[in-house]
Amino acid sequence: MREQVVRKHHHEPLMHIAKRDDMAWWKAWLIRLAAVLIALLFVGVISVILNGGVFFETYGTMFRGAFGRLGSGSTRLLWKFLQETAILLGISLAVTPAFKMKFWNCGAEGQALIGGLMSAICMMKLSDSLPYPLLLVVTVITSVAAGAVWGVIPAIFKAYYKTNETLFTLMMNYIAMQLVAYYAYVNAIPAGSGQIQSIDTGHLPVIGGQAYLLNILVITVLTVVMAIYLKYSKHGYEIAVVGESQNTARYIGINVKKVIIRTMLISGAVCGLIGCLLVAGTDHSVNANTVGGLGFTAIMVSWLGQFNPGIMIIMSALIVFLDSGAAKVADTFYLNGSYADIVAGIVILFVVGCEFFIRYTVKFRHAQKEVDA
Amino acid sequence: MPTAAIELKNITKTFGSVVANKDVCLTVNRGEILSILGENGSGKTTLMNMISGIYFPDEGQIFINGEEATIASPKDAFDYKIGMIHQHFKLVDVFTAAENIVLGINDGKYNLKRSTGEIRKICEKYGFELDLSKKVYTMSVSEKQTVEIVKVLYRGADILILDEPTAVLTPQETQKLFAVLRRMRDTGKAIIIITHKLHEVLSLSDRVAVLRKGEYVGTVETATTNESELTEMMVGHKVALNIERAEPVDPKPRLEVHHINCSNREGVKMLDDVSFTANAGEILGIAGIAGSGQRELLEAIAGLQKVDSGAVLYSNPKTGKMDNLTTKTPLQIRELGVRLSFVPEDRLGMGLVGNMDIVDNMMLRSYRKGKSMFLERKGPKDLAEHIIEELEVVTPSAATPVRRLSGGNVQKVLVGREIAASPTVLMAAYPVRGLDINSSYTIYNLLNEQKACGVAVIFVGEDLDVLLELCDRIMVIGSGRITGVVDGRTATKEQIGLLMTKTDGGEPNA
Repeated sequence: MREQVVRKHHHEPLMHIAKRDDMAWWKAWLIRLAAVLIALLFVGVISVILNGGVFFETYGTMFRGAFGRLGSGSTRLLWKFLQETAILLGISLAVTPAFKMKFWNCGAEGQALIGGLMSAICMMKLSDSLPYPLLLVVTVITSVAAGAVWGVIPAIFKAYYKTNETLFTLMMNYIAMQLVAYYAYVNAIPAGSGQIQSIDTGHLPVIGGQAYLLNILVITVLTVVMAIYLKYSKHGYEIAVVGESQNTARYIGINVKKVIIRTMLISGAVCGLIGCLLVAGTDHSVNANTVGGLGFTAIMVSWLGQFNPGIMIIMSALIVFLDSGAAKVADTFYLNGSYADIVAGIVILFVVGCEFFIRYTVKFRHAQKEVDA
Repeated sequence: MPTAAIELKNITKTFGSVVANKDVCLTVNRGEILSILGENGSGKTTLMNMISGIYFPDEGQIFINGEEATIASPKDAFDYKIGMIHQHFKLVDVFTAAENIVLGINDGKYNLKRSTGEIRKICEKYGFELDLSKKVYTMSVSEKQTVEIVKVLYRGADILILDEPTAVLTPQETQKLFAVLRRMRDTGKAIIIITHKLHEVLSLSDRVAVLRKGEYVGTVETATTNESELTEMMVGHKVALNIERAEPVDPKPRLEVHHINCSNREGVKMLDDVSFTANAGEILGIAGIAGSGQRELLEAIAGLQKVDSGAVLYSNPKTGKMDNLTTKTPLQIRELGVRLSFVPEDRLGMGLVGNMDIVDNMMLRSYRKGKSMFLERKGPKDLAEHIIEELEVVTPSAATPVRRLSGGNVQKVLVGREIAASPTVLMAAYPVRGLDINSSYTIYNLLNEQKACGVAVIFVGEDLDVLLELCDRIMVIGSGRITGVVDGRTATKEQIGLLMTKTDGGEPNA
């Protein structure tokens, strides 16, 4: 049979990987923080190579891009930062129950968009016939309901016919986008322009003179509610069991179909609410790009945050900071739009990559042995 | 002095702070069968994985044929002519035996006809019975195992490692395997067999190496030792190897199964006209080759498996009426007031949630209680602490995810929870699989206590010795049919072994 000359180096390999014990939580967070700092350092180096500028200038520009110039008195960028973080966090909260249940809801984009479309329709068609308070209630309810319907259709098919939810929810995104495009074309403002520029009526109220404050408050409340729902409610417990093992769920008598459908109703409904906040609260218009891919970024936030709403706040803020900061750097130093993606990519890579060092340790060849050999 | 085929010197391997192997020294000679004996978690498999290139030792040396060797990958092991037969087979189902055997050998000349000839020679030499053109998916477990063994021999292995090879075999198949292994030994192969079954160690091996908690205890000549000495080496202290069996107190029918049939998703019949009665205050054992329908039977009773026809009736001790459990869901069964506890075979995949802590796992049975939409964790927490103390579960705290516990402790958590529901029927599928001797006896005692409390206990087991010592009656299942019910006090292992392989109503082939 096989005769092979065994040619061997009589060394142990240079290094090997071994599993680590559980690390103290503060150590793990220190590693994560270090990863972000090293990533930013790396970003600085890359920026210097690309634009030849001064090393620290990159960071200054980044901060200015995200939060505005310190001491300038202008809080516009800071509010924008909070608003974007809040919206991203809101959609992330919406997809979290689904992902915790291991239901790949890639349709947050469409669920939020269809909610936004319903808001736009209510704002345009009903503001003449309904008193303002009632209009608000109707707007919110129809938007939430539309998101819920968009979420529950794939869930029903998943529960009863075992269809692939990833493809199904993605497909629902395109349907929502086409519906929005069609509606905007037919009901264009100004007429004939092919798009809805600005809807004048039916806006959500502005609190304290700050356009974004309402959204931020709603999503703050939502964060607390979702955290409690996931951790302390019976529903949250059922979601966790179904996500971990459907066999266990069946074994203890959980109706898996019911949990899938109920959870996607909630997931879609929250997306619909965020769509409403976007359209009726801040944008006052709707187009196929209103959600702008946040439905997908949210998936990343949810996983990076390990389905924990508290950590998800940090992750949303980090991603929004990188996005707006890097855009400013690109702008200042005449780099093109890809720069922001590169920066975000580097940081995410480090954040995800550092988990390896939290779970594993690399052991090098024993120094002593080398002396022997 | 025989030549050492493989020699381990001071092998140490740690995973984090867990020492899996510490200073293990071991020698296997050519023409010898060495048993590696140890309880679960004693480091047997880790040690073998280092020889077969899956792990790399932290310290120590491996010598093969007297020369120091570095085995950094399974390919290295293969080059040193080391072949491992894993517990879980790694075969391609849609390929024939011969195709599987030549798979993975890339010498540039794929010629199945020539290879088949070579394979046949190997089979004749060692006495394997194997149809080389048979597809793997139509094979029995023992045939698949034969394919695995022939595969490593065809690749030229001189040193064979078998990980718990008899776990899935009937007594008759085990005898056949042992005959082949002895023939291989006589032709000068070095054979290592990992097991925890003492009688097999004694009947097969030339020498026995014992590991305890990762440490090497010693090697003894099989001829000069006995069961109790080996157990003492393995556990560290003397253990009484007897299970108490009290006479059933006032047995009356609790659960009646009438002519149930069911089939799996592919439409293959898994249970064929199964009828039996489980009595209160009695342990009913179920014996059979793995996968003969035991799982389906228990799941059908628990409401987890769709039944095509037949009925499951429960005699309710409170009302004295018969409740029909057929076509009911687990929740509906519980709402009927039937206290049916079930320790499933797949502990972390069905009975428990691995990523949840002990408290949340306790809650699985009770979380629905109360009208509030929020969880009540106080009761489950008390229960978790009670079980940890009562059953001596080794865990850092009640907030530790159960997947981090060892197999025995996982099982104590599961059995503890199921018993805490004060059941009237307790079904346990392979409850001691993978458990060490002490944990196993804890479980046997718990089952006996339940029996004494008048619970109808159904025990699906694989170790016939244990079934014969523990159970009042033993029901044998083969290919989804009940092939016989015997008295646990008078039946013999051979009798059960024959019933296990009996496929139709006729007399079994001896």
